[in-house]
Amino acid sequence: MYVFGFAVLAVVATAAGVAVFVVDSMARATFALAVSFVAVGAELLLLGSGYLGVITVLMMIMEMAIMAVFMIMFMMNPAGLMPMSMVHNKRGSLAISLGAFAALALGAILVPWPDRRGKPAGDVTRALGESIMGPKMLVMIGVSAVLFATIVSALTMATSRGRYDRSPSAPMGAGD
Amino acid sequence: MLQAFLVLSAALFCVGLYGALGQQSVVMLMMGLELMINGVIVAATAFWYFCAPAALDGQVLVLVIITAMTVEMAMGFAVVILLYRASDADMTDSVAEFKR
Repeated sequence: MYVFGFAVLAVVATAAGVAVFVVDSMARATFALAVSFVAVGAELLLLGSGYLGVITVLMMIMEMAIMAVFMIMFMMNPAGLMPMSMVHNKRGSLAISLGAFAALALGAILVPWPDRRGKPAGDVTRALGESIMGPKMLVMIGVSAVLFATIVSALTMATSRGRYDRSPSAPMGAGD
Repeated sequence: MLQAFLVLSAALFCVGLYGALGQQSVVMLMMGLELMINGVIVAATAFWYFCAPAALDGQVLVLVIITAMTVEMAMGFAVVILLYRASDADMTDSVAEFKR
């Protein structure tokens, strides 16, 4: 049952990932990516990572909803009413990707990976929470600083009256 | 079973790599990057589960990777908005000033 579940989710995750670059609509591409992320989140649940699996699913669904809005704002043909192809060097990128996959898959199969040592804690989510609030707190402090810096810098860049705005309609100093 | 998860991870990473290398649209390029990080998440979690499940370092590493994915998304969209406002560019090929 475990192997069957893994196989089904793996096929869904990969097929949805491929669909992102095949479908004719930006909106469909976004939802295909969301399906891929949900399947990966379910794979994490299979690996006994309840917390990480659930936040992956929740975060990615929110992220894809935001991405769908961006698609509609910026891109042509969000509804897929006509075929779209926005690729460059398709053959080269396909060759590089297939080569990388062959190398990685061969490495994954041929490398003698170490044996399993120990077994997971009874409640992994609780153990993870205690870890990041205890011995691994430095990681959380670093992550929180990075996230705060991201909020500030993303807003600074994206705001229409920021110092990096170079729009001809709103030249530097026009809003001062 | 670890090998199966790693092959899945490689597949996701390489599908994302194809998108990151081949797509002209900035948003589609970012989708490729997301898929690549998705593959890394699967590999890191599989390593934790099948190699050292007693230590929580692998779980914390995945948490950091998920944060990196969030930061990439937020900063990427901020840059997209900035580029679009500055030069109406939503394609990577139309933002080639660094080449000159």
